[in-house]
Amino acid sequence: MTRVEMRVRYVKPLVFMLCLMPFGLLIARGASGALGPNPVEAITHFTGDWTLRLLLATLAVTPLRRLTGHVWLVRYRRMLGLFTFFYAVLHFTTYLWLDRFFDLGAIAEDVLKRPYITVGFAAFVLMVPLAITSTQGWVRRLGRRWKTLHRAVYAIGVLGVLHYLWLVKADLLEPAIYGVILAVLLGLRVPWGDLSRRLAARRRRRPRVAPERR
Amino acid sequence: MLIKKPADILPSEITPEQVWQRRREFLKASASGIGLAALGLAGTAPSRVLAGDAIPNIQPSPLSTNEPPTSLDDITSYNNFYELGTDKGDPKANARFLKPRPWTVTVDGECAAPGEIGIEDILASFTQEERIYRLRCVEAWAMVVPWVGFPLGDLLKRFEPTSKAKYVAFETLYDPEQMPGQKRRVLDWPYREGLRMDEAMHPLTILSTGLYGELLPNQNGAPLRLVVPWKYGFKSIKSIVRISFTEKEPPATWNRMQANEYGFYANVNPAVDHPRWSQKTHRMIGDGWLAKKRETLPFNGYGDQVAGLYAGMDLKRFF
Repeated sequence: MTRVEMRVRYVKPLVFMLCLMPFGLLIARGASGALGPNPVEAITHFTGDWTLRLLLATLAVTPLRRLTGHVWLVRYRRMLGLFTFFYAVLHFTTYLWLDRFFDLGAIAEDVLKRPYITVGFAAFVLMVPLAITSTQGWVRRLGRRWKTLHRAVYAIGVLGVLHYLWLVKADLLEPAIYGVILAVLLGLRVPWGDLSRRLAARRRRRPRVAPERR
Repeated sequence: MLIKKPADILPSEITPEQVWQRRREFLKASASGIGLAALGLAGTAPSRVLAGDAIPNIQPSPLSTNEPPTSLDDITSYNNFYELGTDKGDPKANARFLKPRPWTVTVDGECAAPGEIGIEDILASFTQEERIYRLRCVEAWAMVVPWVGFPLGDLLKRFEPTSKAKYVAFETLYDPEQMPGQKRRVLDWPYREGLRMDEAMHPLTILSTGLYGELLPNQNGAPLRLVVPWKYGFKSIKSIVRISFTEKEPPATWNRMQANEYGFYANVNPAVDHPRWSQKTHRMIGDGWLAKKRETLPFNGYGDQVAGLYAGMDLKRFF
């Protein structure tokens, strides 16, 4: 068996199981009554936390691949992205069902009036087309446009962190940590090298002093 | 032969049976959770703090509600007490740092007889009553708590407030060693709250020394806290070390931090939303995860007794 085959056979199921573990833990806590005095709040926070964590893990794949040169990492990006969506669906369902009991009036009021819900809702809505078009078929069908569409994940990241940041009352530490990690992951994508080269080129074109002889 | 008699064990050092039982439960629970704990996924270990001794001669009160009280376990493990940490479970986990004895409360400001009063004196001088009150948190959850305490007015009168005393200001202990949450400036420590004089003298307003017939657990604001049942929970300041009579409206911590979200009055009012969430309904702790939220009532259902305090006031403006 080649190394690639090894990875596909063992590492992929392992990553799958790891991504599923928080869900298993949630079920275990629910079944054993270990969700605490306010179980709905506990489920909401738990699924929200894991949505953000997996979103950051998804966004970490490309920078990691570039830094380490391990191209195979990209093979896990779709799985991480879909698990992000999985926890987002759980989070959203908890809100719709256990928190609001499908009271559409109250939900509409929340989405329109409460900024943290507005951005959280927007992030979720944006995730739907990305999840749908994550299959090989859609990648082929959309061609170049697929990449453009899936850049929406950057917006989702920003909206997701804002959603958390705007909901806390006083202690901004945790959302700030997510924010810093997101900023680093997005910052790594900016082609700084290209930018500095372009700036340097512009400086050369408009020299304030006589250019040095090379 | 000299046989040394061991020093007597103080009653307060003996682990109550309930607590001992809970340790067994915790050990069992953690044994099954060790695998997950190793991965850093399990929650923090609960650390039950001794609720202390029973309070003697507690009198019943006609001001108590007959609604069923929330369980002791829920009341003592789901707390907003940022001095002991910002997560709901933190105050219980960090409760052991707080030392509620000895404890002295300073009373000063616009009064003829300023002075200090110790917690033992407070327990001995004022008839302790059971007051079963609804508690409504500004975060839209609620409990029913069987407090033990006495009218705040009884204590205030002792210090002879003058005609200049229009408000009463309260202050929580500031000691990061006892209150590890104060090591980070999450709030502008020490926590402060205030009441108008008539609110403070209202018979529903109590200073609480206990709950469920025993001395207050640390995570609930030991050894002395305010309880104002028609206002959002954050008004009911915990672990009080200072009470001052003032002429002007005193600063209140949450109000100073975010005035558009937390008013000075903070009367429970379903008609005035928190800017970030609705106050029309709340979740009753203990109702279970499939239960619907309940309707929130003006003044948390104490309108008959307290609405008169605010006659003629625009409660949407003075929220």
